[in-house]
Amino acid sequence: MKKKLLSGLLCAAMVGSLFVGCGSSSDSAPADDGAAADTSAPAADSGEAETTTGGGAAGTYALVPKSAGNPFNEKEADGFTAAIEAMGGTAVVQYPESATADAQITVIQSLISQGVDSICVAANDENALQAVLEEAMDAGIKVCSVDSSVNKDSRAVHCNQAGVDEIGLALIDAVYDISGGEGQFAILSATSQATNQNAWIDSMKSYMESDSKYADLELVEVAYGDDESQKSTDQTQALLQKYPDLKVICSPTTVGIAAAAKVLQDQGSSVKLTGLGLPSEMAAYIGDGDDYSCPYMFLWNPIDLGALGAYTSVALVNGDITGAAGDTFSCELGDYTVVDAADGGTEIILGAPFKFDPSNIDEWKEVY
Amino acid sequence: MENKSIWKKITSSREVSLLIVLVILCALITIKTPSFLEWANISEILKNNATTMIMALGMLLVLLIGGIDISIGSTLAFSGMTIGIMYKYNHLSSTLLGFLIASGIGIACGLVIGLIIAYGKVSPIICTLGTMYVYRGFAYLVANDEWAGADALGTFKDFALKDFLGINSAVWITIICYVVFFIVMKWTKFGRNIYAVGSNEEAAEISGINVRLVKTCVYTIMGGLSGLTGALMTCVYASAQPNMATGKEMDVIAACVIGGVSMTGGRGSVAGALIGALILSVISKALPLVGIDALAQNTVKGIIIIAVIILNVVTQRMMDKAALEKREM
Repeated sequence: MKKKLLSGLLCAAMVGSLFVGCGSSSDSAPADDGAAADTSAPAADSGEAETTTGGGAAGTYALVPKSAGNPFNEKEADGFTAAIEAMGGTAVVQYPESATADAQITVIQSLISQGVDSICVAANDENALQAVLEEAMDAGIKVCSVDSSVNKDSRAVHCNQAGVDEIGLALIDAVYDISGGEGQFAILSATSQATNQNAWIDSMKSYMESDSKYADLELVEVAYGDDESQKSTDQTQALLQKYPDLKVICSPTTVGIAAAAKVLQDQGSSVKLTGLGLPSEMAAYIGDGDDYSCPYMFLWNPIDLGALGAYTSVALVNGDITGAAGDTFSCELGDYTVVDAADGGTEIILGAPFKFDPSNIDEWKEVY
Repeated sequence: MENKSIWKKITSSREVSLLIVLVILCALITIKTPSFLEWANISEILKNNATTMIMALGMLLVLLIGGIDISIGSTLAFSGMTIGIMYKYNHLSSTLLGFLIASGIGIACGLVIGLIIAYGKVSPIICTLGTMYVYRGFAYLVANDEWAGADALGTFKDFALKDFLGINSAVWITIICYVVFFIVMKWTKFGRNIYAVGSNEEAAEISGINVRLVKTCVYTIMGGLSGLTGALMTCVYASAQPNMATGKEMDVIAACVIGGVSMTGGRGSVAGALIGALILSVISKALPLVGIDALAQNTVKGIIIIAVIILNVVTQRMMDKAALEKREM
């Protein structure tokens, strides 16, 4: 009897959680309703869409971010949605269940069956999405990537937050500026396999080799904190102990830079920090003078990045661009040209990384 | 003769042999990096590993009753993230209250696990596999796509910067936890009941111990400690993220196993857990310091862990053999 009651309760709990699940998914992604409503909408609007010059949009444009629960991805989605809605389209943002390529494949498959007009994806794996994205393109859906690219065969074009070289240059220049042009510096990265970080570090190294301006800078070590606070703290402390003459640490990863900033600031160390970080995480460490560990750092504007993804999606759907190098289009953000990317495909570069310093950090920490 | 008795002493206790391993490790590292044994450095090691050390106590209890809890990282993130968000939106300003709320959330999480395992008769690894996802999900829901950074945490983060009597406050919490657990496990009925349940559940039941209650209590304590460390981690790193401490359970279990705690229950001590956690902390601190290539660090860490455990097993065998010989005499 007791068992029956218990199993009954468990069943009820399962059904209940299913309902909760449905409720929340339709909150975050009005996909089903949106797609259903839109099957009739494009037919009525199609005439109008042709007459609107550049930027007019009617249809359903999907964004698949890397994962839920990250302020950066959230702002990117906000920028995407706002831009699409301003142009009169319907934005569908569908987060994968987890930060894996597998979860993104599931989401993309459901978007294909909904018949969206475009899919813009921030990939969790460069190659793993190829099959499903090719399937999407075969179905007539325009595909582009944003933030983190998919390989060249899986996309029409990639929206790059900032070119690898722009970031490498900004970082090495920051090290040069903060160190006074000479001395030892170290890099605290994420994992040793992180594609983005490795590309930026390689770019910094190649600038150091090719330009004699940086001849007096010495990169003593690239340490890996695995994007864990604890390990990044260990690594930062080890750098300080191993290299007493260290002048600057450059950390191109959000968790690493925050952990390093805390270590340096708590110890009152003379070593300074720069890199790529989230303004809200770093606000307490950015400032002038010895009380602060980070004079300035960089990141891109995720809202603009999301918006660029949106404008690119619309331009692809409207046929303003095909994704070939040399294509141009203009939008609220400015004029953009499709250029060749390092991986053999093409990309659109948002611009140079955005600098966060004591003058603007208070304003930006509220944003993300 | 003299030599033999020292040798016997060493082999007669796992804790002593582990302590020797720790001393040798520290000595080797100090030869390479003389500053390693400076107080400032030791203090940093203790502070940076307070989370692992405190959770190792809870895991000791869980392993002693033959269970396992792999959801502790999620419990930690859920409680840490909750108070992080509360500080961020000014629902909370008191530091003490932050620790209490985080511990309370942890206790609630642990209680649920305990009830499911003790009364629902679900295997611990399956139950905590489920709660691992559930609590991690809660952490994401609470976070609602936001992190709580140094700026948002206000005065809460200053707690981990304070020293009392020359010892960092995070280290003090660790010390207090260890003293309490040492007393409870050595001199109280509850402590002995835990060992009894772990050694032989049926015998414990027959001798009048409420096994279900003991199990529920153990998982609740584990949860409470995870909640406490959630607050501590948020405080020490001045940052709360929903994915914090992912995979932390493995470090904690490793610390216990290195410390000679048996995975099948009944065997292990507070001193063992302490030394195990210390060995793990020293390894992770030393690897980047002595100049081992960044890519090889995890491999070396794993090899050292296995080596220490093999040593541990060998010592245990020798102890068992010695005990058997004594009995035969």
